[in-house]
Amino acid sequence: MAWDRNQMAARAAQELKDGMYVNLGIGIPTLVSNYIPDGITVTLQSENGMLGMGPFPIEGEEDADLINAGKQTITELPQTAYFDSATSFGMIRGGKIAMAILGAMEVAENGDLANWMIPGKLVKGMGGAMDLVAGVGHVVVVMDHTNKHGDSKVLAACTLPLTGKSVVNRIITNLGVLDVVEGGLKIIEIADGVTEADLRAATKATIV
Amino acid sequence: MKKIYENATEALADLLHDNMLIAAGGFGLCGIPELLLQAIKDHGAKDLTFASNNAGVDDFGIGILLQTKQVKKMISSYVGENAEFMRQYLSGELELEFTPQGTLAERMRAAGCGIPGFYTKTGVGTLIAEGKQHKDFNGETFIMEEGLFADLSIIKAWKADATGNLIFRKAARNFNPPAAMCGKICVAEVEEIVPTGSFDPDHIHLPGIYVNRIIQGDHEKRIEQRTTRPAA
Repeated sequence: MAWDRNQMAARAAQELKDGMYVNLGIGIPTLVSNYIPDGITVTLQSENGMLGMGPFPIEGEEDADLINAGKQTITELPQTAYFDSATSFGMIRGGKIAMAILGAMEVAENGDLANWMIPGKLVKGMGGAMDLVAGVGHVVVVMDHTNKHGDSKVLAACTLPLTGKSVVNRIITNLGVLDVVEGGLKIIEIADGVTEADLRAATKATIV
Repeated sequence: MKKIYENATEALADLLHDNMLIAAGGFGLCGIPELLLQAIKDHGAKDLTFASNNAGVDDFGIGILLQTKQVKKMISSYVGENAEFMRQYLSGELELEFTPQGTLAERMRAAGCGIPGFYTKTGVGTLIAEGKQHKDFNGETFIMEEGLFADLSIIKAWKADATGNLIFRKAARNFNPPAAMCGKICVAEVEEIVPTGSFDPDHIHLPGIYVNRIIQGDHEKRIEQRTTRPAA
């Protein structure tokens, strides 16, 4: 029956390893923090300038000076550190963030990623997405396998303007897990209730 | 050395003119120089270019200068929260230079450090790389981005001493230090001015060399997205 949003987030959380510094994007990736495996400590980066992002505050304890990259009120943790945005993107560009988990509109079999603009529609901007995918060594995309029209978002080549070229390492969708490898995509895992035929039929890319 | 001014209007009076490039600190509505933006609105300087990560919302932040049509161009990474911005942009009244967030921060920092250009992997193979110089280092391709040298920097900090040493608070630091560094002159608004000597010198986030003028005032500090969890 395919994975739902929370199951996709839980699957993505299995990618995390003890001691990692990680950046989570907006949407399903944000839910990953609910499923960090027991016994593992990961430090979440918020690219506006914070390491050690805590949960949302309880009502009445919101602080206008304490927001995440999605502009939501959050809290700090005992290990939290603050810094300016140039330092923040310095650690991203410098390869210090071990993993970025983010959403996408399209991913191609060569790892190209499109997630910031649809020509002819309102463009809000790329924010920090181009910096993150270029600077972070291991990029995991979490998204629905198909769009609302039923068209595959996993393609031979992206049709939308790119956020980054050959940047994605692993794709986690409602149908399964695929890795970007030499020559195309490799099936790593198939979601519960999904057949390999379903996954292949929903994928408009080379599967090796 | 007099750095403390009575208010935002006085601090900006002889600095503002039409067509200037202003670097503004802040991320979303967090840590924005809200008093200085209001003073720019009151002054009426127009055809301004703002280097700022975001464009505020309709009635707060840089949004108030969009309403009065004082802004000619924005250099930003994300402008999604402002309907008036979108209207002016789509009708061609407003120019927009999308710059990835980290590249924008580094363009400011670099200018402040006297670096006119630098190479980054960010944006290689995308629309923003078009027309930019490409160069390979160790088998990887980078694009050149230019330092962003501003006429004026406007920033917000938590506390200042009378010499302009600044301390920021939590995630409100964001773009404020790089924005402060890249301008010919920097005006900082703070919540509190403390006597010189009250800061531990080891705890100063931005040394006063980057800060020419300081004002103290009351801040609204609006929250853009109030998110909470249930009390345990």
